[in-house]
Amino acid sequence: MTVAESSGAAAVAEFLRARREQLAQQWADLALFRAVYTSGRDIAVNAAHGLVDALTEVARDGRMDDVTVPALDQVRALLAQVIAARSQAGAGPLQVAGEVAELKRPVIAMVGRELADVNRGAALIAATDLMGTVRLVGMEISLSDEGAIVARQRQQLSEIATPVLKLWDRVVAVPLIGTLDSARTQVVMETLLEAIVDERATVAILDITGVPLVDTVVAQHLMKTALAVRLMGARCVVSGIRPQIAQTIVQLGIDLGDITTRATLADALEWALAQVGTSVGRA
Amino acid sequence: MTTAAVMSLPITSDLEIAGVRQAVREAAVAAGFSLVEQTKVVTAASELARNTLVHGGGGRLEITMLERPQGKGIRLRFRDEGPGIADVETALSDGYTTGHGLGLGLGGARRLVQEFAIDTGPGRGTTVTVTAWPRGARRV
Ligand SMILES: Nc1ncnc2c1ncn2[C@@H]1O[C@H](COP(=O)(O)OP(=O)(O)OP(=O)(O)O)[C@@H](O)[C@H]1O
Ligand SMILES: [Mg+2]
Repeated sequence: MTVAESSGAAAVAEFLRARREQLAQQWADLALFRAVYTSGRDIAVNAAHGLVDALTEVARDGRMDDVTVPALDQVRALLAQVIAARSQAGAGPLQVAGEVAELKRPVIAMVGRELADVNRGAALIAATDLMGTVRLVGMEISLSDEGAIVARQRQQLSEIATPVLKLWDRVVAVPLIGTLDSARTQVVMETLLEAIVDERATVAILDITGVPLVDTVVAQHLMKTALAVRLMGARCVVSGIRPQIAQTIVQLGIDLGDITTRATLADALEWALAQVGTSVGRA
Repeated sequence: MTTAAVMSLPITSDLEIAGVRQAVREAAVAAGFSLVEQTKVVTAASELARNTLVHGGGGRLEITMLERPQGKGIRLRFRDEGPGIADVETALSDGYTTGHGLGLGLGGARRLVQEFAIDTGPGRGTTVTVTAWPRGARRV
């Protein structure tokens, strides 16, 4: 750790301690806390206090961008509770990831506003690293929560729209649910290609966890979509290939060629982050 | 072995192919197939139903539940009155297609089930009969 890094971390630790109340108040109004602690705002504030305190410990430790530090255990435990409650309520992992990401804005805004001294630059970097780590921990939890995946499938079975989600800077994902017929594929392809342009994405994840079967037609649709993504200069990874689907693909004799595949969305995200130059430690 | 015809379904549109997949999935669940076994037989049915529609011009599926001492199974018979297939061996080979497909459906379906029979000829239409058993009920 450089001197600037450790002074930035120390400034953030001090800031979190001093601004514990204000931050907890702001977090309590965000979707993540509001949706879980519905019985009273003070309970949400209380839970937010817990998270501020846990993050203060991480900042004291000083290693802001390392997801393996023991100081994060408490953060992980608190987030796991909130995320479990969110997924039981039917929120998918990607939605929950977005809600966790919202925790960052108030922190950065307050640090930027209030630390006017020499430490400001270093503190901003440290706070950004810390909140990035929180986001990764949140994703790790919600993606590893199997119940969440099942809940997401059930919830989206009825939805016709195909959302393209921005998972990370330059990483977009489409969770495909239900049967992939030609009409559906056309819509998916169009929205995905648009999103690649809009988000300047370099990696697109096609998640087929919610696709009940891959026959020759579905496979052709996947290959066409992957080809179109490549023609846009982005890389494509297909995730959510469950064991029964893998076996069937092999017996049908389908060759997915050079399409990158991963078993889970979490694995695909890890691959995607490596492609865009962000490395992630997995717990 | 006891048998009972449970149902006959039309195959004249994509929507009905989705109905075929659903019905076969339900039959496989009723016969005690594992998730992998269900997925295999449903995928085979999806391929054969599409062939019935696309190449055979439409037809029907008849689902029969089978029962023998080792366990339950399902038989699927796809029948159409289309042009028929002149050279079955070639049609079964991987990559052979007269359309725009991958040419894997027929041969792939045969690999996904335990028994496979095809009765066809130019001008005679095509009948494909497949039988699937869960692991525990396969012949010793
Ligand atoms: N019911 C049928 N009636 C007439 N011809 C058939 C029938 N089923 C299959 N065929 C012939 O056999 C060929 C191979 O069938 P197969 O299902 O393997 O490939 P495909 O349907 O062309 O492509 P896909 O890989 O998408 O299934 C077809 O192209 C067609 O010429
Ligand atoms: Mg076919």
